[in-house]
Amino acid sequence: MNNLVYLDHAATTPVHPRVLEEMLPYFTEHYGNPSSVYSLAQETRGAVEGARQGVADVVGASPRDIVFTSGGTESDNAAIRGVVWALRKHGDHIVTSAVEHHAIIDTCHQLEKLGFKLTVVPVDSYGMVRVEDVEKAITDKTVLVTIMMANNEMGTIQPIADIGALLKEMSKGKPRKVLFHTDAVQAAGALDIKVNKLGVDFLSLSAHKYYGPKGTGVLYIRRGVNFLPPQSGGGQERNRRAGTENVPGIVGCAAALKLADEKREAYLKHCVPLRDRLIQGVLSIGEGVHLTGHPTDRLPNSASFYFDNIEGESILLSLDFEGVAASSGSACTSASLEPSHVLLAMGIPAEQAHGSLRLTLGWDNDEAQVDHVLGVLPGIVNRLKAMSPLVHQ
Amino acid sequence: MYSDLVMDHFRNPRNVGTIEDADGVGNVGNPVCGDVMQMMIKVKENRIEDIKFQTMGCGAAIATSSISTEMVMGKTLDEARELSNKAVAEALGGLPPAKMHCSNLAADAIHLALDDYKSKHKN
Repeated sequence: MNNLVYLDHAATTPVHPRVLEEMLPYFTEHYGNPSSVYSLAQETRGAVEGARQGVADVVGASPRDIVFTSGGTESDNAAIRGVVWALRKHGDHIVTSAVEHHAIIDTCHQLEKLGFKLTVVPVDSYGMVRVEDVEKAITDKTVLVTIMMANNEMGTIQPIADIGALLKEMSKGKPRKVLFHTDAVQAAGALDIKVNKLGVDFLSLSAHKYYGPKGTGVLYIRRGVNFLPPQSGGGQERNRRAGTENVPGIVGCAAALKLADEKREAYLKHCVPLRDRLIQGVLSIGEGVHLTGHPTDRLPNSASFYFDNIEGESILLSLDFEGVAASSGSACTSASLEPSHVLLAMGIPAEQAHGSLRLTLGWDNDEAQVDHVLGVLPGIVNRLKAMSPLVHQ
Repeated sequence: MYSDLVMDHFRNPRNVGTIEDADGVGNVGNPVCGDVMQMMIKVKENRIEDIKFQTMGCGAAIATSSISTEMVMGKTLDEARELSNKAVAEALGGLPPAKMHCSNLAADAIHLALDDYKSKHKN
């Protein structure tokens, strides 16, 4: 067994060796600026356009609809800001959910301060958005709905295709369609992200979540939709994202997505049994441990919990001593000192949200590693419970 | 993020538990904030003869609880009263800035235990 049991793949993944191999020539050998005319540059231009085709194939779009970015946060920001400023003469209302990533939530709240209107639709106790709540939230002034495809903290998969169909249906007889963005950062490699099946106009990806390099991502933009690029400059990416292309990153971003898409079935076969073994094993620790997120409509690699009367950071530190890397939505592990907004939105009280634990699997995990975690976790939980004044009151 | 000494106290906390017939009890924190501490003291001849803590919280909360019990064990009540949260953090070789306020409450808990003792032993 490997010394480190890495169970934080929702935070980031290692670059796949084949992806790295494809990237390497673009650092030192093919270093030309893709915008230049000489043949050195044409080599890199070709690589960027090849990468664009590769991403387009996976999301079921045309290469011209693909914009390379610096990652999920930039893609989310660009989609939201790009739509609301482009359409502000037509409407000023944004709809999002209570469990989005901070790249979405904080952007929406900032726009609210600038005068835009915001509706945050609630979620059920599994963290799932109800389609009818989205429907109720739409007004004549709504320009954008942004809802994530799958949640990073507790893995619940949202009914994106249903919401996409709803927005299409609601646009009948209207002067314009309410645009639909989904943050698919956690979904890529695990779920089908074909944009037409989902009915989305924008889709965000981040390469380092699917064994690609950090600092690279994708924004899919449906052709013909209103979009005012937040970043202006040299006209790259068809004027939608200025700045000299991160050629090695773009090559890696696309190679990793292609690989993840090819191996998607195998990935599910690898992760789901390990996930279910983890979930069953952790829940069998006994009283005071709860699964978070949907029991079945959840990411194949995501097992998330909260524990009564113990605190998440102390679980993580204890797991680290046992060679296990995990994460928590506890306030103590965040800069904000607030417990996870995702868990609170699901109706989990703040005092229990502090005791959350997220274990996210990947290709490098195996059954022996899962059993190692299941072997050490009961002792950790019992030790911390024995120290907790709340258990003894 | 944490010093080796913080991690030592987190892994091997000193004086964890409760005192059956405690002379003073101090509770600080709030479950909603994620940190709760309880200090129990046994007093003999104006000195802290024994002290035990229970803490639910992050690594810093547990480590500050642990080291503070060592810092006041055997001390007179007046000496124990002089313990500050700042001195506890310094004894641990410092804490991350974010932890200085939310999780560094051990001296407060000890002061409350001393207050409790005082109120029960006025005569």
